[in-house]
Amino acid sequence: MPFVNWLKRRLVVIAGLLTLAYLLLPNVIVTVFSFNRPKGRFNYQWQHFSTAAWKNPCGVADMCGSLSISLQIAVWATIGATVLGTMIAFALVRYRFRARGAINSLIFLPMAMPEVVMAASLLTLFLNMGAQLGFWTILIAHIMFCLSFVVTAVKARVMSMDPRLEEAARDLYAGPVQTFLRVTLPIAAPGIAAGALLSFALSFDDFIITNFNAGSTVTFPMFVWGSAQRGTPVQINVIGTAMFLIAVLFVLTSMLITNRRSNQRA
Amino acid sequence: MSTLTEAPPPLVSAEPAKKPPRKRGRFTPYWLLLPGILWLVVFFALPMIYQASTSVQTGSLEEGYKVTWHFATYWDALSEYWPQFLRSVFYAASATVLCLLLGYPLAYLIAFRAGRWRNLIMILVIAPFFTSFLIRTLAWKTILADNGPVVHTLNTLHILDLTSALGWTAGDRVLATPLAVVCGLTYNFLPFMILPLYTSLERIDGRLHEAAGDLYARPWTTFRKVTFPLSMPGVVSGTLLTFIPATGDYVNSELLGSTDTRMIGNVIQTQFLRILDYPTAAALSFILMAAILAMVTIYIRRSGTEDLV
Repeated sequence: MPFVNWLKRRLVVIAGLLTLAYLLLPNVIVTVFSFNRPKGRFNYQWQHFSTAAWKNPCGVADMCGSLSISLQIAVWATIGATVLGTMIAFALVRYRFRARGAINSLIFLPMAMPEVVMAASLLTLFLNMGAQLGFWTILIAHIMFCLSFVVTAVKARVMSMDPRLEEAARDLYAGPVQTFLRVTLPIAAPGIAAGALLSFALSFDDFIITNFNAGSTVTFPMFVWGSAQRGTPVQINVIGTAMFLIAVLFVLTSMLITNRRSNQRA
Repeated sequence: MSTLTEAPPPLVSAEPAKKPPRKRGRFTPYWLLLPGILWLVVFFALPMIYQASTSVQTGSLEEGYKVTWHFATYWDALSEYWPQFLRSVFYAASATVLCLLLGYPLAYLIAFRAGRWRNLIMILVIAPFFTSFLIRTLAWKTILADNGPVVHTLNTLHILDLTSALGWTAGDRVLATPLAVVCGLTYNFLPFMILPLYTSLERIDGRLHEAAGDLYARPWTTFRKVTFPLSMPGVVSGTLLTFIPATGDYVNSELLGSTDTRMIGNVIQTQFLRILDYPTAAALSFILMAAILAMVTIYIRRSGTEDLV
């Protein structure tokens, strides 16, 4: 039975590719339906081919406004979480201090907590303090849940760093600031970049925590959520498709650049 | 509790520090830690205390709430919403098992069989993240539509009769049934299973497979006795990263389910944002947190990977 044997040897590959198809199918649908001209308010059924939505991506009221709010929050949350998280990561790896265990669990717990619990408890805090819900409360919440991920990413990188490189810099009469800026920071950079990229993605796509703490401010995910009740404009799919393409292009170019660099070095 | 809190976060390379941390400026670490830790204390830990306090308050929106140590709220909340709690755990557990079954072959494929396609497949696993998950979840409405090809095929093969008999679907539709919700949960959290699995599979020394083969182990035996045990850290962190967020999720149930598939997240959301019954909502959220911490602790103990997570 050669066919059965062939199948047996490739079973893992076939199963893996089927899973990959399951993961990518929704993205295919999102892309295809960005060229749809739906009948009625909802874009769930294929009707006619049309490029109307691509020609006029901001043609829906409030959508591009929500997109810009989401981008602003994501940028500030990324900056805040990356700075605070990198500082914590360096302190954890490089120094000895009291209450290490407590601090480690304070960083680990937000990642092990269902979002809805963090969202609800943060809302009770804001309600008790009488805080005005909106841009700032969203930003505070996003920095909070991105922080742990930055610490994790940067810590992994700093831990695997060779401490002799910094000793060498000091032996060559570099001051502490110079050593940090010219040796430590460049080596830690990939970890910091990974943490920042993760923060941006997490913040930009967050729905549950934002939904609780946004007041009347509408971020892009909240706009999509609302449109699932009111009617889904095709432009949502245009934005979704564009973001997917930008991400793939971004990763591919950065891979090409690193490949070329390592080739040059070799 | 202690095992959970002391375990380093999953997904991190478990390399121990090569030497004990040095001591330089006496106060430097505290200055470095202060702003970030303060942020987490004020906006993560303190809210937990506020939530605990809110859960034992009584009153009304108009007159305000006061702490009256009214623990009956917990009892009332549990006796009214225990079906939603059980349903959440059941859906999340089903989705976690499905994620493991679907994710393992793909992680294995990327780690051992992909060759020069490895990076491309990796990108394809991560890239969907950049399309808002709500948009992608809405796409399942199209895929599972009543008159769509998927439902038609399942109907023709009489699979829907079987799932209806089991209570997973109702009649000849998939949307607005438990199956659709579990399918959406599985889809949304699958990458969180694949990435840690891949990380631990990739670390396995290929020579171990050769050694097993040299000792006359058949491929399946090699997998059972060598590969799978060595990938346990990935299995444990993958199941946690899938199960925890899936239990608290309310997006899939709201978009793909019906009122019969409401999970505990839906109840907390409605109580907090629409009914504005803060004590009940806070009590439910507190119970969910305690239940998850308890389940996770037991799971980590039982899987015997305390030092591997």
